[in-house]
Amino acid sequence: MKKTGAQILCESLIREGVEVLFGILGGAVLPIYDTFPKYPQLRHILVRHEQGAAHAADGYARATQKAGVCMATSGPGATNLVTGIANAYMDSSPVIAITGQVARPFIGKDAFQETDITGITLPITKHNYLVTDASELAKTVKEAFYIAQTGRPGPVLIDIPRDVQQEEAEFAYPDKVDLPGYKFVSRGHSVQIKRAVKLISKAERPVIIAGRGIIISQAYDEFKELAEKAQIPVVSTLLGIGSFPGNHVLNFGMLGMHGMAYANLAVQNADLIIAVGMRFDDRATANAKDFASQANIIHIDIDPAEIGKNVPIDIPIVGDAKSVLKTMNKEIESRNHLDWLSQLEQWRSEHPSLEIRQDDELLPQYVIRQISEVTQGDAIIVTGVGQNQMWAAQHFVYTKPNSLISSGGLGTMGFELPAAIGAKVGCPEETVWCVAGDGGFQMTIQELATIAQEDIAIKIAIIDNGYLGMVRQWQELFYGRCYVDTKLWNPDFVQIAEAYDIPGVRVKHREEVIPAIQKAMDYPGPFLIDFIVEPEENVYPMVQPGESLSQILELPKPEAVSRY
Amino acid sequence: MSNTKHTLVALVEDKPGVLNRAASLFRRRDFNIQSLAVGCSEQPGLSRMTVVVGGDSAEVEQVRKQLDKLINVVRVTDITEEDIVTRELALIKVKATASTRSEIIQIVDIFRANIVDVASDSLTVEVTGDEDKVNSLFELLRGFGIKEINRTGRIALTRGGI
Repeated sequence: MKKTGAQILCESLIREGVEVLFGILGGAVLPIYDTFPKYPQLRHILVRHEQGAAHAADGYARATQKAGVCMATSGPGATNLVTGIANAYMDSSPVIAITGQVARPFIGKDAFQETDITGITLPITKHNYLVTDASELAKTVKEAFYIAQTGRPGPVLIDIPRDVQQEEAEFAYPDKVDLPGYKFVSRGHSVQIKRAVKLISKAERPVIIAGRGIIISQAYDEFKELAEKAQIPVVSTLLGIGSFPGNHVLNFGMLGMHGMAYANLAVQNADLIIAVGMRFDDRATANAKDFASQANIIHIDIDPAEIGKNVPIDIPIVGDAKSVLKTMNKEIESRNHLDWLSQLEQWRSEHPSLEIRQDDELLPQYVIRQISEVTQGDAIIVTGVGQNQMWAAQHFVYTKPNSLISSGGLGTMGFELPAAIGAKVGCPEETVWCVAGDGGFQMTIQELATIAQEDIAIKIAIIDNGYLGMVRQWQELFYGRCYVDTKLWNPDFVQIAEAYDIPGVRVKHREEVIPAIQKAMDYPGPFLIDFIVEPEENVYPMVQPGESLSQILELPKPEAVSRY
Repeated sequence: MSNTKHTLVALVEDKPGVLNRAASLFRRRDFNIQSLAVGCSEQPGLSRMTVVVGGDSAEVEQVRKQLDKLINVVRVTDITEEDIVTRELALIKVKATASTRSEIIQIVDIFRANIVDVASDSLTVEVTGDEDKVNSLFELLRGFGIKEINRTGRIALTRGGI
């Protein structure tokens, strides 16, 4: 039966299980939007800026572990998606971006709102398509979802000229894809796995680094089994938080630039690193040359191009974490590493990286700790980027799988609010806390209107220190405390929220923190809390840029506090 | 093994933008690509791409793996260590006068190259061979004055087999 391109798109999306799209309409996607009333199964959430649509789709994808879809018109609509697409690409998130394009006869003519979005997104998508015939559309959607969600996930963009949306073609949704150039290995090489098992059985000081790959492949049980059976301490990357229970006796927290001192010391003193689903990002390894220099490294990852990219690997295992760990666990012998674990515990007591200093001011770490206490970890935390992100990563105890959503690779300020929208829409039963900085919050603040219009019951905690805090911290530590343009004049965020019909409170004192969080939790709809915190609080521990993971700058002792 | 030239041969889908995808990848990851040649293969719908890349083996392996990740790239092989035939083609327009013309023709003959265009003040020479041969001829002709040169990138196949 013949259908228009727009109808074919909607039918195809439904067959891919899509329930929600985030987007803004415009001239080049009007034929698609015009068909939406015929497909009530597709819920469209109107955002206020296309960047918000891409981040919302990303948040949705991370929370639900299925593809998130965003939509924009041609030209500026499409280019506004770019930051969100790049963000999804860096963090391997399956986002499908659908853009309208000018009609085929106008392509290449610099027509109104024309932009080469497939060209622009070439290096930030896993793949992209310009659909030049309506008969290609169903096949393209099928391929796009397959590519986005399999292997190492990533964003795929589909650019559809306006006249292709209106053109009629026979519709038959394909059962399978034909992609001769697309391959991924799920099962690890058995010889490599055997070699790895042998190394693990001989290791005296092993450490596992848990990455987001464990979450993507949903290998929580297999991963836990490995750690427990072989009694290996676990540290995680920022995005690996939520792959292993935060309160587990073998969990030694996040490693890296703002990782726990004991996590970094464990890595630097290890004789074996087992890296699972992570990519040796510079924020995790610090100076790669000095990274874990005493250790052999086993690297399990589904993307062969990640093997040896940043750090030389002794035993690469290309495969899906769940499958590889399952095979590995059959051969792993029970071990204990009592001496090694007690060494780590000793480092933990000597370097209490999570200690919050005593202060009369409201400290941001305390705020995060209380959100953790009040929710008892039963929440999805969506963070911004910078100090708020690091404190949220450090001080919330993530006991639930996949409970942290954060912009890791790209470090996109403004990710938090729209991504929290996406997470809440995808998981309406979950409590979703958006932890924002006062700087980043204003980068996507317009999405408060989306929240109000769709009554999206997220809880917003602004960690408000009146600065672009992480940049100020770098200025303090590395630029002689010369605060160039990091001081922020801020509006009254509570009044702003009220203007959007969202209730909120301002909190300035410790004793108000818990009641405010409780009030937000009790309120059935969206709620905002503006936490006015100590303006010049720093994130510790810190490994300075260029230093090795062992060079850890810790919270100055009380007597040394009068620093200036 | 360090900093040698590697020859990668990729079988790619014959679709619009594939060359752009490969070129964009090389630029974006700062890979040191020395030449790139693309043409149709024996299989309909597939093209063969020959990439000459400089760097140590780890860097070249990154190029190979990143290229292989492109959805439109079916297979990439590093054939540097294998027994291969490589060829380049060059067109060289060299200045020629009545007194130098016969000497140029002699050199061209020795190289088993061809004169493909004759003008009053120049000869255009077509030479095919591996990179060294093309370079050698170029060096010999340089003394006469080169007006223009145009070279293809390297193309390569493994010998025998398959």
